[in-house]
Amino acid sequence: MGSIWEYANPVKFVRTSEIVLPWVSVIAMVTLVVGLVWGFFFTPDDYRQGSTVKIIYLHVPAALMAINVWFMMLVTSLIWLIRRHHVSALAAKAAAPVGIIMTVIALVTGAIWGQPMWGTWWAWDPRLTSFLILFLFYLGYIALWEAIDNPDTAADLTAVLCIVGSVFAVLSRYAVNFWNQGLHQGASLSLDKEENVADVFSTPLYICMVGFGFLFIALVFLRTRTEIHKRRTKALLARERLG
Amino acid sequence: MIALLVRDMKLAMRAGGGFGLGLAFFLIVTVLVPFGVGPESGLLSKIAPGILWLGALLACLLSLDRIFALDWEDGSLDLLATSPLPMEGVVTIKALAHWLTTGLPLCLAAPLFGLLLSLPDTGYVWLVLSLVIGTPALSVVGTFGAALTVGLKRGGLLLSLLVLPLYVPTLIFGAEVARRGALGMDAMTPLLMLGGITAGTIALLPFASALVLRVNLR
Repeated sequence: MGSIWEYANPVKFVRTSEIVLPWVSVIAMVTLVVGLVWGFFFTPDDYRQGSTVKIIYLHVPAALMAINVWFMMLVTSLIWLIRRHHVSALAAKAAAPVGIIMTVIALVTGAIWGQPMWGTWWAWDPRLTSFLILFLFYLGYIALWEAIDNPDTAADLTAVLCIVGSVFAVLSRYAVNFWNQGLHQGASLSLDKEENVADVFSTPLYICMVGFGFLFIALVFLRTRTEIHKRRTKALLARERLG
Repeated sequence: MIALLVRDMKLAMRAGGGFGLGLAFFLIVTVLVPFGVGPESGLLSKIAPGILWLGALLACLLSLDRIFALDWEDGSLDLLATSPLPMEGVVTIKALAHWLTTGLPLCLAAPLFGLLLSLPDTGYVWLVLSLVIGTPALSVVGTFGAALTVGLKRGGLLLSLLVLPLYVPTLIFGAEVARRGALGMDAMTPLLMLGGITAGTIALLPFASALVLRVNLR
């Protein structure tokens, strides 16, 4: 077993992902089906929230992934800037659209849940606001990728934007906390707290979280491979034109 | 460095340099607000700090693409890159010149515009103070955005999309200082936070701006 940097070689990456991808996809599908079906049909209704509580099985995992995808982009951006591995930059590029979709899912499911529960689709609550800002960061990041022709320049600029953006995203999170009081409930899956979501609800929730995680891994593998293939096609075409 | 600063200031002040454009934009925003929300002075004085901050921020944004665009077009940016001055220095001077020609006039004009929006008496000192401390951060962050998009045709819209989310913390704390000041509350905490953000961006962001500018000049 060599070092992890072997996978920075695109050929090696593509070959490995060919083996890993079906497994990851199957695991993602199975955990998602089990988690969502269990969550939607085999958990009791909450005594105050009724069946609207069940949107938690989409909302929480999506929100979790929305943040973690950005974190993964930060790590891969740093690897690109430091070690210049193209696969790393392409993985960051591949992850961004998945992240923005996760953010949108979290925002939309939250709004759908909030309408009957809080009586409003939207409130300028710190958590909600931070997610909206995160959405804007994703938007800017993707737009910058799209705007630049030279792939290496684009990779460099977006990587720096991702790092600077991360700092400002954290700053915004605390600034927003300072700015307005919250309506959103606090964390309810902490390990050290007395009051958590009841076990009947939390087990399928954990399964859904794992499912969303695997789904993300599968999508990133797939999209990174597509990016590698796209770049190879471009190179081949260019060579053909020269020859 | 000083020569570069003087040159940038002169260029900005000359006809066609866009000096005063930001100020005029700020004035127009301030004048348009009462048309939009109605002329009651109670409502206006309540929203005045936020509107003034927002107007200053937008006026700042408007002039960002001028920081590097002209130098990029006529090639003087390449000359600056090969000069003995480090890129970080160039970027810092550019940000300073931008602040002196955009941020500072906005700070000085803000009390006058506050009058138009019937800002409460207690608010003026805090408004100017928050703008003086906060607008340098707007210039520095904006310079980073301008450096990111310098090579792009029609980068203006993208520049706004990239820079506006980065302005969120500054706007929140700046407007909070002005709001608390107008209400006669203690505004020291957000003022210190605002100062922290400004100091942090001035210290760190020029490195990022210089990095992306080098990439763009490659």
